Amino acid sequence: MKKLNHVSRRNFLTYALVLLAYAVLQFLSVQGSLSYSLTGMLVPICVYVVMAISLNLTVGVLGELSLGHAGFMSVGAFMGTAAAMLLENAIPSDPLRLAVSMVIGAAFAALAGVIIGIPVLRLNGDYLAIVTLAFGEIIKTIFNNLYLAVDSNGLHVSLLGNIQGLDTDAREIIGGPMGIGSISRISSFTAGIILVLLTLMVVFNLVNSRAGRAIMAIRDNSIAAESVGINITKYKMMAFVTSAALAGAAGTLFAMNYSTITANKFDFNTSILVLVFVVLGGLGNMQGSIIAAAALTILPEALREFADYRMLVYAIVLILVMLVTNNPTIRMFLDQVRVRLIGRKKKEDFNDAV
Amino acid sequence: MLSKLVPVPSSAMIPDRDIDKSPILECVNLGITFGGLKAVEDFNLTIGRTEIAGLIGPNGAGKTTVFNLLTKVYQPTSGTILLDGKDTHGMNTMQVNRAGIARTFQNIRLFSSLSVEDNVKIGMNDQMHYPMWSGIFRLPGYWKEEKIAHDRALELLSIFDMQDLAKVRAGSLPYGAQRRLEIVRALATNPSLLLLGEPAADVNPSETAELMENSSKIRDTFHIAILLIEHDMNLVMNICEGICVLSFGQIIAKGSPADIQSNPTVIEAYLGKRKEA
Repeated sequence: MKKLNHVSRRNFLTYALVLLAYAVLQFLSVQGSLSYSLTGMLVPICVYVVMAISLNLTVGVLGELSLGHAGFMSVGAFMGTAAAMLLENAIPSDPLRLAVSMVIGAAFAALAGVIIGIPVLRLNGDYLAIVTLAFGEIIKTIFNNLYLAVDSNGLHVSLLGNIQGLDTDAREIIGGPMGIGSISRISSFTAGIILVLLTLMVVFNLVNSRAGRAIMAIRDNSIAAESVGINITKYKMMAFVTSAALAGAAGTLFAMNYSTITANKFDFNTSILVLVFVVLGGLGNMQGSIIAAAALTILPEALREFADYRMLVYAIVLILVMLVTNNPTIRMFLDQVRVRLIGRKKKEDFNDAV
Repeated sequence: MLSKLVPVPSSAMIPDRDIDKSPILECVNLGITFGGLKAVEDFNLTIGRTEIAGLIGPNGAGKTTVFNLLTKVYQPTSGTILLDGKDTHGMNTMQVNRAGIARTFQNIRLFSSLSVEDNVKIGMNDQMHYPMWSGIFRLPGYWKEEKIAHDRALELLSIFDMQDLAKVRAGSLPYGAQRRLEIVRALATNPSLLLLGEPAADVNPSETAELMENSSKIRDTFHIAILLIEHDMNLVMNICEGICVLSFGQIIAKGSPADIQSNPTVIEAYLGKRKEA
């Protein structure tokens, strides 16, 4: 048995907690003691957790601010769902079809990541953020105008409008601004948790490998990274594309949880929402991303009784959390509480990167 | 201190360097202009394969610019740089490093949020070959190469007795240790020429003495050439075999420490002209 160091212990603890949460929620839902609204949120929670972790790879680990993450999610959602509909007869088993379409969604999102990454990763800081924002909007516009139909002659794609001259047996898959309708809802909480665990594995293991070290080296000091022979473009691209692919898989899972999906669902607000999860959970802190994504997905629903004041309270909660976690006095107080309770101060952790 | 490291050349990651007599670095008429300003002009320098050379000069003479030209942070506007007989024309910083030049920075540039060990391992990135998915799925290639890298990182850190600090965050090291870590990181890239940017700046006297001792040991163990920029004349005169003096972008003197110390042009550049009575 290999001796585990601090980082891997913490990573295993994360896997264990995700599995524990799954077991508890699954148990409650079998018992029927979960509310209807919470049951409906299980898959979106998993999706947003994956989105937050994958964006954290770009923002926290690579250190580049991306404001177009929802764009990759929408590529995954549309391409994955289209694939699932086309494969309906070829793969009768629902979980297998979901898995295959998630892989296809991830592959298309990765491709989009490469295409966007080539121009975008030449930029730095604010400029990169602005261009990713623009790409997110471009992807949204493309899917708002994309028509995809299938008939006995094969696939028909158009960006101009409804496709004419189809056979009588034709089936429209993507209908421009109408998006995809009549999706067979094959997403499940189990699939969501598997995707969360897979995402955690990819990110944790990537960060603790030579590629991850190179990516973090670029974040810490790109001039020094170059001077020790790190290929900056290659590793930036690696982080960006991995992040896009994971968002694509999450997008497929998200879309297949609803009966219809439109491109407007994946707009700038969604990108910002995911960024809020990442910032609130802490840059580079995957555990934080999970907690923030789960809590902030549930919070708006939990605040439903405040009705009109819901968004106001949501904003106040966000601001309070930021203030509390950054206020030295409050932090000192929390440290003292910790000393009282556990009898020791928080150890200076040198491997806090993940 | 380096005695622990004696079997280093046996390590798999250090290539055998033949001790031949051809120079490792040759600069011919190297120059760069920044919008009309000739920052460095007609820079000619030859460094032997295992030579320790010094580059000195008053502030603003262009010493750091020479380093930046050699590592292709700036592309030279004239002249050629031959590294081990090969022209480095058209290479970028990364390629120059892979070709054999490693450097440290005058203003320390560490990967400060990462551990000391990771800093050194990043220097070895180019010598590791397992692909990304091998790291993600923890395939045998990952374990094998990471083990080698771990052992070698500790071995390199032991040059400066830093192996116990391997898990410490690089940014939290004291200043002198950060400078030493930069040298270790540079050595991890397996260079044939090591450029040291003011290694003794703001370092205490006992650490400077240690650095002097270690510079020649590094040269003897790794069979590499060292070019250093330094203002500490005691250090330069003690360890450098050849010294090159730069003033206003031009070489004003070259030679052994004894020659340089008695050279009137150098004295003038540093202290100014004696007023004629």
